[in-house]
Amino acid sequence: MKAFVIRYLPLLILGGIWEALPQLGLVDRAQLPPPSEVAVAWLELLYSGDLAANGLSSLVVLVQALLLSVSVGILLGVSMARFSLAQDMFEPVLKALYPVPKSALIPIMIIWFGLGATSKVASVFLGCLLPIVTSTFYGARGVEQTLIWSSQSVGARPVAVIRDVIIPAAMPDILAGIRNAIAIGFILLISAELLIGQVGIGYLISFLGEAGLYPGMFAAILTVSAAGFLADRAFVLVMRRALAWRQ
Amino acid sequence: MATIGQLRRLAIRSASILVLLLAWELSARLDFTTTFHLPALSLVLQRLWATAMSGDLGLAAMQTLLRALAGFCLAAVAGVTLGILLVRNRIVGWFFEPLVSVGLPLPKIAFLPLFVLWFGIYEQSKVLMIAFSAIFPVIVSTAAGTENVERQLVWSARSLGSSERAIFWQIILPAASPQIFTGLQIALPTALIVTVVCEMVLGGYGLGATIIGSMKMMDSIGSFAGIIAIALLGYASIQIMGLVRRYFLGWHQESQT
Repeated sequence: MKAFVIRYLPLLILGGIWEALPQLGLVDRAQLPPPSEVAVAWLELLYSGDLAANGLSSLVVLVQALLLSVSVGILLGVSMARFSLAQDMFEPVLKALYPVPKSALIPIMIIWFGLGATSKVASVFLGCLLPIVTSTFYGARGVEQTLIWSSQSVGARPVAVIRDVIIPAAMPDILAGIRNAIAIGFILLISAELLIGQVGIGYLISFLGEAGLYPGMFAAILTVSAAGFLADRAFVLVMRRALAWRQ
Repeated sequence: MATIGQLRRLAIRSASILVLLLAWELSARLDFTTTFHLPALSLVLQRLWATAMSGDLGLAAMQTLLRALAGFCLAAVAGVTLGILLVRNRIVGWFFEPLVSVGLPLPKIAFLPLFVLWFGIYEQSKVLMIAFSAIFPVIVSTAAGTENVERQLVWSARSLGSSERAIFWQIILPAASPQIFTGLQIALPTALIVTVVCEMVLGGYGLGATIIGSMKMMDSIGSFAGIIAIALLGYASIQIMGLVRRYFLGWHQESQT
């Protein structure tokens, strides 16, 4: 407990400085509303339902895109590692896609799917796909050949080999890829919401900013930051659980 | 001599891209899609050529590149310094370690409206936003690299009478440099992603502004041309970063194989 306090004391100090600067008039309140004001604004957003409505919209987009990219990514990565034909077909395309800053594809998704949730899901999906495919591919390719041979020698069918041997053995890499994908997914989600507008936590931030409601804007930024942070920490816990059998 | 198997693989690999490009061109030519949804590749390349000749493309690409580089260099210098201090200085380490570990997974782009509030909508806010997004992986990798420098190296240098300054410049920094470069290689694509978002949201020329501006004018050809341009820029910068790494780490084991 004491170690925890000492470790996170700097965050508290920073919060104290943040509160003191505008309260003492050293910084313009409009430019930096103190945390106490931000907390009030957060509660207002919570009661008005704005936070819940926009947060839920963002969450649904993120979850859909992640589920899609995880399933497609693992499928693609494993088949590329197992079948040289699949590798030869998909690798050049993925290599061509790799250096594109994925945020540049958001306008194309808007052209294709309009100004709605589909464009956001597609943008986040494209951003998340590559890290998952790449890490699954390397993980699945690194599986010890003897494991595959022994499972085959006891009569495992190709699907069973992939499901029971290759995917579990590649799991550390796959999960590391998904962790990267979650971080990139948040970036693309908020970028898409800033551009598409209408709904979502990114939209809420830019709306409050443009309306000059800065305490609310700070509250929304802190909310999405907390969400990104907690998502990462929660996923690390899931990773430890899922990999506990390896020890 | 390439074997038949190798030739076959090469054929499949090039065919997959060619078939995709051909399908793109044909689906537009045969009116499976509208020019708005998917303009023919030939039209996009023509536009790319035309804007390259008129100088518009070079201007936009230069804007994007300079912004991304300014933010990236700021993140590199500040990130490496902070990463080293994090390990070498106890007070800096105590104060910044929790901030960095909390800051690393945050979706930094959410702070864009805040940067606009503080620094306006012009270059300052964009460059600082890019640097803020790119700095965390640099700090974390630098700290990890500095932490992992073999103690024996430092001890033997010290026992031979090296000054602390010499130990830092001649042992710690070189020994940590592979991981520092890894951090920079993670930060570079992030910087490009964020540059494009900043340009799309805030305008002010650059390829991001070209892409979104063309979209708003219903000029898909311009958007697709912009994406090809930013892809080439991304490819070139990633390759150059790799070369820089190889140049500076020529002495290291990783370059010997």
